[in-house]
Amino acid sequence: MVTLNINGKIEQLDAPEDMPILWALRDVAHLTGTKFGCGIAQCGACTVHLDGQAIRSCVTPISAAVGKRITTIEHISNDKVGQAVQAAWSEIDVVQCGYCQSGQIMAATALLAINKKPTDTDIDTAMSGNICRCGTYQRIRAAIHEAANKLA
Amino acid sequence: MNAPLNISRRKFMQATAVVAGGLVIAFTIPYAKRFLLPGAEKSPAGGEAKLPAPNAFLRIDTDNTITVLLAHSEMGQSIWTTLPMLIAEELDADWSKIKVEHAPAAPQYAHTAYGLQITGGSSTTWSEFDRYRQVGALTRALLVNAAARQWGVAPSTIKTENGYALSGDKKLSYGELAEAAAKLEAPKSITLKEPQDWKIIGKATKRLDGPEKINGTAIFGQDIHFDGLLTAVVARPPVFGGSVKSFDASATQQIKGVHNVVQVPSGVAVIADNYWAAKQGRDALKVDWELGPNAKLDSQALLEEFRKLAATEGLTAAKAGDSKAALTKAAKTIEAEYSVPYLAHSPMEPLNCAVRIDKDGCEIWTGTQMQGTDQQAAAKILGIKPEQVKIHTVFLGGGFGRRANPVADFVAEAVQVAKAADATVKTVWSREDDVHGGYYRPMYLHKAKIGLDASGMPVAWEHTAVGQSIMLGTPFEAFQIKNGVDATSVEGVADSAYLKGIANHHVHLHSPKPGVPVLWWRSVGHSHSGFVMESLVDELAHVAGKDPVEYRRILLKEHPRHLAALNLAAEKAGWGTPSAAGIARGVAVHESFGSYVAQVAEVSVDKGTVKVHRVVCAIDCGLAVNPESLNAQMESAIAFGLGAALHSQISFKDGKVQQSNFHDYQVLRMNEMPKVEVYIVPSTEKMGGVGEPGVPPIAPAVTNAIFAATGKRIRTLPIGNQLTSA
Repeated sequence: MVTLNINGKIEQLDAPEDMPILWALRDVAHLTGTKFGCGIAQCGACTVHLDGQAIRSCVTPISAAVGKRITTIEHISNDKVGQAVQAAWSEIDVVQCGYCQSGQIMAATALLAINKKPTDTDIDTAMSGNICRCGTYQRIRAAIHEAANKLA
Repeated sequence: MNAPLNISRRKFMQATAVVAGGLVIAFTIPYAKRFLLPGAEKSPAGGEAKLPAPNAFLRIDTDNTITVLLAHSEMGQSIWTTLPMLIAEELDADWSKIKVEHAPAAPQYAHTAYGLQITGGSSTTWSEFDRYRQVGALTRALLVNAAARQWGVAPSTIKTENGYALSGDKKLSYGELAEAAAKLEAPKSITLKEPQDWKIIGKATKRLDGPEKINGTAIFGQDIHFDGLLTAVVARPPVFGGSVKSFDASATQQIKGVHNVVQVPSGVAVIADNYWAAKQGRDALKVDWELGPNAKLDSQALLEEFRKLAATEGLTAAKAGDSKAALTKAAKTIEAEYSVPYLAHSPMEPLNCAVRIDKDGCEIWTGTQMQGTDQQAAAKILGIKPEQVKIHTVFLGGGFGRRANPVADFVAEAVQVAKAADATVKTVWSREDDVHGGYYRPMYLHKAKIGLDASGMPVAWEHTAVGQSIMLGTPFEAFQIKNGVDATSVEGVADSAYLKGIANHHVHLHSPKPGVPVLWWRSVGHSHSGFVMESLVDELAHVAGKDPVEYRRILLKEHPRHLAALNLAAEKAGWGTPSAAGIARGVAVHESFGSYVAQVAEVSVDKGTVKVHRVVCAIDCGLAVNPESLNAQMESAIAFGLGAALHSQISFKDGKVQQSNFHDYQVLRMNEMPKVEVYIVPSTEKMGGVGEPGVPPIAPAVTNAIFAATGKRIRTLPIGNQLTSA
């Protein structure tokens, strides 16, 4: 049993310590908003927050999350920045297939938490680890600017 | 003018009250209208003798909810929104009350043109444009008739608006009328709205699946879970055509959470409580593989074979005049060879499929583009009837063609695993499994020799394409392969607008069979022919000393839709005006899937590194039902095609795929996304598709811009480091 703080709730998970957070979330806690895309931290679909920092949950074992706060897409609307990001995503109509968007939103929220007015270059740097095969990048960029404006 | 549709004659719809207290609109497609494929429902003698039981396309519940059932799969292309728009338009529905569901697998949801239940070929909107509008119009007529009876007025005095029937000061919601409407006979005829009366069609409309895809609640195949569902990963042969000699699962069985290890036709499946245990179990598995006939497959050597083939006469795909003789008389000739690699689709969601088998049949949960084929494949494996296979289509985390597999590979495998293990399982492919898993866009080599007259215009064109047939062995073979020529191998060349204007041309095709599983990849044959043809035309313009846009205008003077797209893109891009320092422009225009797309790319090359700054795109697809999703599809196609053009390739050495994941099978990332501007040609021409036609022009627009910037002609994709090593 591993004790984790997931979205503000203390959960006892029957999972080995080396299980990546991704699979503990998806297959044990059944929080499926966080997605599996590559398994080797190359695509960002699995992005969650660990104590507010964006991490790739597919390569981070649950042992590394003990005593820390895991926040997933299911809970991000409770965060003021996360809420603004989701609202901007809706306004710009960003999504297509939608599979990468949980990770995109988590990465964008983490960016805006530390950078209130990101430039295009800042966005490229922060977001180029998050692949979207539908190519929604232009709208993601616009939505991040939109969220920044809303939060200003 | 929309003539009234005679319902009784066409027998294509009927109303049935299936939901207690609600209205269900169901209909079938008349057989005579179908383009039947082998494997599709057979047409009964005499056409309409007996129609299959109708299936629901629309439900109106007493709470005013309107549920639209989709005969097609939502994979990002926004059909979840576009098809409901068609119904809502004719129904005068309250858009906020619309809900959407994927239809089950059933013959009645067959594609109106292809006869199989399939989402592909950029065909959903045009193929459903009539059917879904008719459903809306029929439903409205029934609701109006129900209101007319209740109020004792003539139906013609009743107006409908935003989910209500209105007459004088009387008003009833569709939900209030649904139950009464369900008891009425279908009207004898319906009339569709005239375009000038449309309130929804043609208006930019936001996605209905947006909210759930933003808050993480949208369910993809990967997200299916219920009590008793186990996870399986399959160890597959390292070489296509390989098989299992023997395996040792003793270490695998020691992994906590592993339940079972079973051999299936495609390899060895490890079944466990969860993906992590299953993956670890597979890592511990020892399999002795029989590599089979492709153990020496090498893509470099294969390209050499293609090159040799290209020097020989192939099957004739198109011919006019005598190109060889005309070449000898040409003032100038150019000769060029182009090649493109195998490509994986790599949708963000790796393949997966959940299967439960019980005494009544089989249930399948997956994101698929081809329900009918999957259903038949599962039934065959289990020895049951297709109707005993219930398919739940969930959101597709991207498709791009990979989830429309004519042999139902990922569904059939999951059924085999569930059957062999006697368990309810979800197979999950890793990214490596996806990249190694085949069904690639085939590698192609094109060779062309073109003769120009003294004014620089082409007078002779000899063209040879070499590459695997996609349609061979699929249900589409009968009408796509004629005299050995797979039309999709030469589409965009054999039927090119350019070649039509050249009196002497000859297109040859060789279709070698090197044993690599291939499949349609977003834009199919146009994914290479667009690059080849638009590069060649650019080469000709250069030799002729003419501006690339002006040269195309001359060649395409008989092709107004090409011209409209080309002119709009050129105008919006400021073609002919100076570009910013260090930036060069390239242009391409290509017809595919009934649509005409032109793109102008603005590109810089700095120390060999290509940067695409801006892409201006113009499209004529006929009516744009939802301009918002059309814009999104152009952005998407440009990103998809640009990533492939810059980076992507699948190669083979010693039979094995050399790439494995996104670090070495590279696709477009945020930092490489150009600014994309999309312009829609106002058009009342025949409707075409929008999912794929944006892909073909991007590679040549970029490589033509690279030529303008550097003088270096890119004839092999991906661009990769060709400019740094030069």
